[in-house]
Amino acid sequence: MSIETEILRLSTAGSVDDGKSTLIGRLLHDSKSIFEDQWEALERSADLAGGTEVNLANLTDGLRAEREQGITIDVAYRYFATPKRKFIIADTPGHVQYTRNMVTGASTANVAMILIDARNGVVEQSKRHSFIASLLGIPHMIVCINKMDLVDYSEERYEEIRQQFMEFQPRLEVKDITFIPISALQGDNVVDSGENMPWYHGPTLLGHLEDVYIASDRNMKQFRLPVQYVVRPHTDEHHDFRGFAGQIAGGIVRPGDKIIALPSGNRSSVKSIHVLDNELQEAFCPQSVIIQLEDDIDISRGDVISDLNNIPHLAKDHEASICWMHSTPMQMGRKYRIKQSTNTSKAMIKQVIHKVNIETLENDTDATGLALNDIGRIAFKTSTPLVYDEYRNNRLTGSFILIDEATNNTVAAGMLREPKVEMPVPEFVDYAI
Amino acid sequence: MSGYSLSNLEMLETEAIHVMREVAAEFERPALLFSGGKDSICLLRLAEKAFRPAAIPFPLLNIDTGHNFPELIEYRDRRAGELGAKLIVRTVEEAIENGIAHPTPGEISRNRLQIPTLLAAIEEFEFDACIGGARRDEEKARAKERFFSHRDDFGQWDPKNQRPELWNLYNARVQPGENMRVFPLSNWTEMDVWEYIGREQIEIPNIYFSHQRDVVRRSGQWLAVNDIEPVKEGEEVKNLSVRVRTIGDIIVTGCIESPANTVDDIIAEISTARVTERGARADDKVSEAAMEDRKKEGYF
Repeated sequence: MSIETEILRLSTAGSVDDGKSTLIGRLLHDSKSIFEDQWEALERSADLAGGTEVNLANLTDGLRAEREQGITIDVAYRYFATPKRKFIIADTPGHVQYTRNMVTGASTANVAMILIDARNGVVEQSKRHSFIASLLGIPHMIVCINKMDLVDYSEERYEEIRQQFMEFQPRLEVKDITFIPISALQGDNVVDSGENMPWYHGPTLLGHLEDVYIASDRNMKQFRLPVQYVVRPHTDEHHDFRGFAGQIAGGIVRPGDKIIALPSGNRSSVKSIHVLDNELQEAFCPQSVIIQLEDDIDISRGDVISDLNNIPHLAKDHEASICWMHSTPMQMGRKYRIKQSTNTSKAMIKQVIHKVNIETLENDTDATGLALNDIGRIAFKTSTPLVYDEYRNNRLTGSFILIDEATNNTVAAGMLREPKVEMPVPEFVDYAI
Repeated sequence: MSGYSLSNLEMLETEAIHVMREVAAEFERPALLFSGGKDSICLLRLAEKAFRPAAIPFPLLNIDTGHNFPELIEYRDRRAGELGAKLIVRTVEEAIENGIAHPTPGEISRNRLQIPTLLAAIEEFEFDACIGGARRDEEKARAKERFFSHRDDFGQWDPKNQRPELWNLYNARVQPGENMRVFPLSNWTEMDVWEYIGREQIEIPNIYFSHQRDVVRRSGQWLAVNDIEPVKEGEEVKNLSVRVRTIGDIIVTGCIESPANTVDDIIAEISTARVTERGARADDKVSEAAMEDRKKEGYF
């Protein structure tokens, strides 16, 4: 593997019996990413369980309770690499009660992999997984029609399921959808094509994962630097150094660029960009850098340094899609802590606009609250203004989590929409005396 | 790599630096766990990148089992000195003397005894966050670990009740007395660690490279001849060209026969390796859930 390989983040979702873990095991095994001692451990546990076949699911289901119950409890992260790419798989459980884990795995993914059992076709759960992938803004989707060996590798059956999915597709915002007929158990079209489906001329699953173009998935148009930390060395050598450290959440920045700091509205321009001892002539999303400005303006953690010509939203009243992630239901009028980019504020929920019926995917506008694993749209306000982009334009500045102030639990994840009311951006104040 | 895209290592690096800065910004008294092993060497470089030209804004903490390769201790002290970082060392030996750690009769390994020693150090210095070098690819139970892993006031990990982690938004809130373990290298693999050490040209302890050593065969591994568990009758001592792939206690760390002299040699060796690095550590082989059990107790 060369140092220049790229990372692709993949999230999987499937029903309990869709063979998702088997598929991951197959990818790891056939791409030679399983080591001898891991294989030995699998054989050992198969012997103990009295089974004859090695269960590849044991590779990902690492917790004791999972192996006992034969289920996946939490998001498990798995790694494998080919000469072309390194892959991070977020393997999430498919049960209804684990929507929150699916949302978690999807939040950072480039590609969503949806598994459909060829015998059952598109079921409600397939729609639900696709809907979550779409809601979380995953740019690419692969629909794996699995267990083709159990339908005699029938092209007709494959086309039938593809049609079922296409009928439902207009409700998704995913731009790029690819269908692949596979058998995870037998290995057809996973790493190698195999000989059982000569009628299929598309790529294998691994072939597609290696080639799908992901460089344009990030927002490279609007420069955003949410300030994480202010670096002030206080040394003789760097006496005047005052750097704003953070991970660029959008766009490109160069020395000389005109910027605005929000919410204060102070303007300046970029003096220099630093990483360790190097000064950069250019930096871009998602690099972690330190930026110095020409003027000594007041900026601290939570502020956003932004392109002056392309200013983000500034608002105190917000609308967002939200997934409730805790067993204690949402409470209207209660104050939650909100973390959005590097900013922390207080939030109060004003209204549930609708709740998504996860079975039918229709919007229930009569809903008055949200509970664990519910997805809906809410209106809320914050104690201080938030600086953000719509989630659909920028997944890094447009996302937030809610934290219960009493227990410190993360209780919800949200995706911001365009605000109804914007606050005026403070005018430039010239302190010339 | 053309245009505005980041390579695997650059992507892992920016993610880890982001995590480091979140720790510095959100916690009152963080510490970085530094053993001198390859993973914590990467952590230290990332901390430099996160905060230079300012000093690294937290001390380094090492839990010393007393069963070490001397080369590692020498490296640990020298590297901390070079960076001008404050190094705090707490030993299992002291913890046993002070009644903090209790060895069971006949227990030679100090792996388990690191846990109470670490928890006591956290209490002593009131650390609210400890940055560690654990990676999810090391072991199955770690595959479900978070970047910010919450520990209750007994230092315990509850795998079924973890906070969900989305995007790059980390919930760093802890109650007084509680503690966060933070793992910036979560998404790194063994190969990534070596490629990063190679790319950054960081010096590493020389026992990672091939050297001549007296070793003895125990439980299917070559172990370094040492004073803690001396050579028994019937055991044959051999002098081989070996190196270590992962460093734990000297009595459990398997040496592998290897001619690898440079980081590039090591990378080439790993890419053809057929055993995971933890396969060379006897402490994980006890049961399939060995790591999960130790982590629940408060292990790194």
